[in-house]
Amino acid sequence: MRSTATGLVKQIPLVLVAVAILVPLYFLLVNSLKSNTDFIASPLGPPTHASLRAYQEAVAGRNVGLLFLNSTLIAVTSVAAATVLGALAAYPLAKMRFRGRELLFRLMLPLMVIPPIALLVPLYQVMSDFGLVDHRLSVILIYIGIMLPFTVYLLRNFFVSLPDDLIESAQLDGCGTFTVLWRVVLPLSVPALMTAAVVNFVFAWNELLIALVFLQSETSRTLVVGLTVFRSRYSLDVPVLMAGLTIATIPVLLVYLIGQRFLVRGLLAGSGK
Amino acid sequence: MTSPLTARRATRIHPGQGARARGLIPYLLIAPAALVLGVVFAYPVASLVKESVSSPGLMGGTEHGLQNFAAVLPDPLFHSAVLNNLRLFLAVPVLTVVAVLLATLLFERVRGWRFYRSIIFLPYVLAVPVVGIVFSYILQRNGLLNEVLRNLHLSALTRDWLGDSGLAIWSVWAVIVWQQLGFGVVLFLARLSSIDLSLYEAAELDGAGWWQQFLHITVPYLAPVIEFFVTLSLINMLSWVFNYVFVMTGGGPVRSTYVLELLIYQKAFRDGLPNLAAALSMLVLAFAVVLLSVQSVLRHRIERMEG
Repeated sequence: MRSTATGLVKQIPLVLVAVAILVPLYFLLVNSLKSNTDFIASPLGPPTHASLRAYQEAVAGRNVGLLFLNSTLIAVTSVAAATVLGALAAYPLAKMRFRGRELLFRLMLPLMVIPPIALLVPLYQVMSDFGLVDHRLSVILIYIGIMLPFTVYLLRNFFVSLPDDLIESAQLDGCGTFTVLWRVVLPLSVPALMTAAVVNFVFAWNELLIALVFLQSETSRTLVVGLTVFRSRYSLDVPVLMAGLTIATIPVLLVYLIGQRFLVRGLLAGSGK
Repeated sequence: MTSPLTARRATRIHPGQGARARGLIPYLLIAPAALVLGVVFAYPVASLVKESVSSPGLMGGTEHGLQNFAAVLPDPLFHSAVLNNLRLFLAVPVLTVVAVLLATLLFERVRGWRFYRSIIFLPYVLAVPVVGIVFSYILQRNGLLNEVLRNLHLSALTRDWLGDSGLAIWSVWAVIVWQQLGFGVVLFLARLSSIDLSLYEAAELDGAGWWQQFLHITVPYLAPVIEFFVTLSLINMLSWVFNYVFVMTGGGPVRSTYVLELLIYQKAFRDGLPNLAAALSMLVLAFAVVLLSVQSVLRHRIERMEG
């Protein structure tokens, strides 16, 4: 009897949290399937005639396709570059001996603390000197920079845990640094690499501030910026807005679901424990 | 770590390469990342330092000095922004305690734990604008939350959650907690997966109850990850909350929800006062450095206490 009672007590906080998480998500999803009159009549009830009308309208007439493409291009390129550059830098920081190693590694944490907003004005000057304002490359470059400290930190902490024997025996077999990295270290580090990639992708896909400032024309914007900027236009038809938000959410959700099983192990390695 | 032995072996393996060229390899590997970090961080920070102590002079030219700080520090909006960031700091202990408790419950595999675990991380992967816009509709005066309260005959509790200047920052606070909770839970759960279960069995035999086991086994085992999470969350509340405020309140009503980041944005991009923005940015950086130093001092002290 006692154990059922405590079991019930333990369910209470979990049920409350689950409801708190699911209700807003339900609100987003269910209203994206409604007509506007339906939404006004009952924002929480089920749709009287569920339809994809709002999705059609969210896509039609606006270049959601282009925004989607921009987001994908920016996120994929910056994540790929940050992973490669991060792995190249993290390997010597973990496994090679050279002057300044500790200092360089210790720099990563403070870099993670710098609010991006503080860098915005000088970065704007740099990018306009390079002629990159309103060009996707500016945002990609800044994203790589913001991703790198975390990526290097995480990968270095993971690489440290790899046994030295493996690397030494590969070197004895005559493998150069790149071969060791490519053939031995990276294949063993898939969880950490996946974690970095997932976290960075979620960041890049969802980022608002930098994309808002640097991508000003409608054709170079990302999906999240487009939604935020055009929000006032949709505000009379909430279901269309909710449909747009759902469309913007699907890619990160997919990436998260695919990378989920690596995430836990990788994050733990990243915390340095 | 490379032992001297490996280094000697390496010399034998690559007899053609000079020691000097080999010594350069680590630097070459780091160079591309360092270049990007230089452009994105080093140059802008250097430029910030310079801009924060400069301002356009009355006679053309540039004046140097602490005038930007003197202009920023007494500003009431600056005070209210700092206060709001401090209020957001209060979310960190709440997040930590709730996340540790939830992780412990999930670790005990209470009924339905797989289901709970899979949804608890969901909010964390959503874009802040998505979360912000959805919650704007939930929290507005004739929004979902008030409608639910009215249907429960709790009309006395209805509020204009985002339109009341005393409440708005706390509504933003709650949305941040809503989104960030899952990260802590997943992190703590991962750490618990490596705990030695015999500790609990021994405690059980000694007659320790759930709370005693929680306080004396679970929490100490989680301590290092808790420290990591607290540091990361404090940094988040200082440097990464712009999006929430920008999307949900825009700093209003009556400028009650300004945070430091929004104030920097306002000075730089609306008021056209980049020097003041630079001074503010320097203050935020100083704040962050203080946070990290306190954390590292605390850690050393705790490590020494533990011997």
